[in-house]
Amino acid sequence: MLKIGEKTLHSRLMLGTGKYDSPEVQKKAVEASETNVLTFAVRRMSLENAAEDAFAGLDLDRYELLPNTAGAATAEEAVRTAKLAREAGLCDMVKVEVIGCSRTLLPDPVETLKASEQLLADGFTVLTYTSDDVVLARKLQELGCHAVMPAASPIGSGLGIVNPYNLQHIIEQAEVPIIVDAGLGSPSDAAYAMELGADGVLLNSAVARAENPVQMAEAMKLAVHAGKLGADAGRIPKKMTATASSPQQGVSPTS
Amino acid sequence: MTLLINGKEEQLEQTSTVSALLAHYGVDGGRIAVEHNGNILKKEEWEETAVQDGDKLEIVHFVGGG
Repeated sequence: MLKIGEKTLHSRLMLGTGKYDSPEVQKKAVEASETNVLTFAVRRMSLENAAEDAFAGLDLDRYELLPNTAGAATAEEAVRTAKLAREAGLCDMVKVEVIGCSRTLLPDPVETLKASEQLLADGFTVLTYTSDDVVLARKLQELGCHAVMPAASPIGSGLGIVNPYNLQHIIEQAEVPIIVDAGLGSPSDAAYAMELGADGVLLNSAVARAENPVQMAEAMKLAVHAGKLGADAGRIPKKMTATASSPQQGVSPTS
Repeated sequence: MTLLINGKEEQLEQTSTVSALLAHYGVDGGRIAVEHNGNILKKEEWEETAVQDGDKLEIVHFVGGG
């Protein structure tokens, strides 16, 4: 169980939407992932194609619908997007995402902090997307963010966890859930995040753009589960010399 | 009258309220939000919010995102 603010989630995997080749594949992938949380962006509605439904077949009432503030470059824009999302009737959680660099899509730390502060004051349950900056992650936590979502690597890159040391520091100091967000590519990346002690992962491209998104969704579900089990089980320490697995005594010599 | 909806000029016959406007476009159901002249409206305010010539509206919904 993962508790974020007042929400209790049975799955530690959050899944982005869109980027799938078809609504049918998306539906099957979402189901295979067994996620509780789907993320969305807020955009202008097309008045010409109002009937179009990109989420056909998905029973959205079964999920926590987590809006993000993607598209915002300032705190002001992020706060407005979050408020629009709230009035549209999703959950009262929001993923704060304020991008400060178009090449890396890394967040603007100053605007991210400001947006988080304002949304907390406004009563939102705030999950903040951040880089793997250890100090910023601590400051977001001190501000009262309900979860901190450090990037493993740039959004959509599939590079996996490029700085496990920073991530480990972020996790060790954490008093709120840490959800590793962005950049994960393979099930081993997801398992590694969980082994490092993360409370969950958020995936989008890794599943949606896989050759077989439905199978990848299941693989990610199992990887998150395996990584969490392994983290809780406590791995052996690493050392530079071997320790035999078989008994050293009683070896029968050739005569 | 002329309204600026989602950044685009729209010519309409007289429309009374935000509710009526949304019904006109067939977008009055589902998970959407409306900003009227810079104010984000609660759903219960749609009925009572009058629309006048020159008003600016933003109508948003949810799309795929991560």
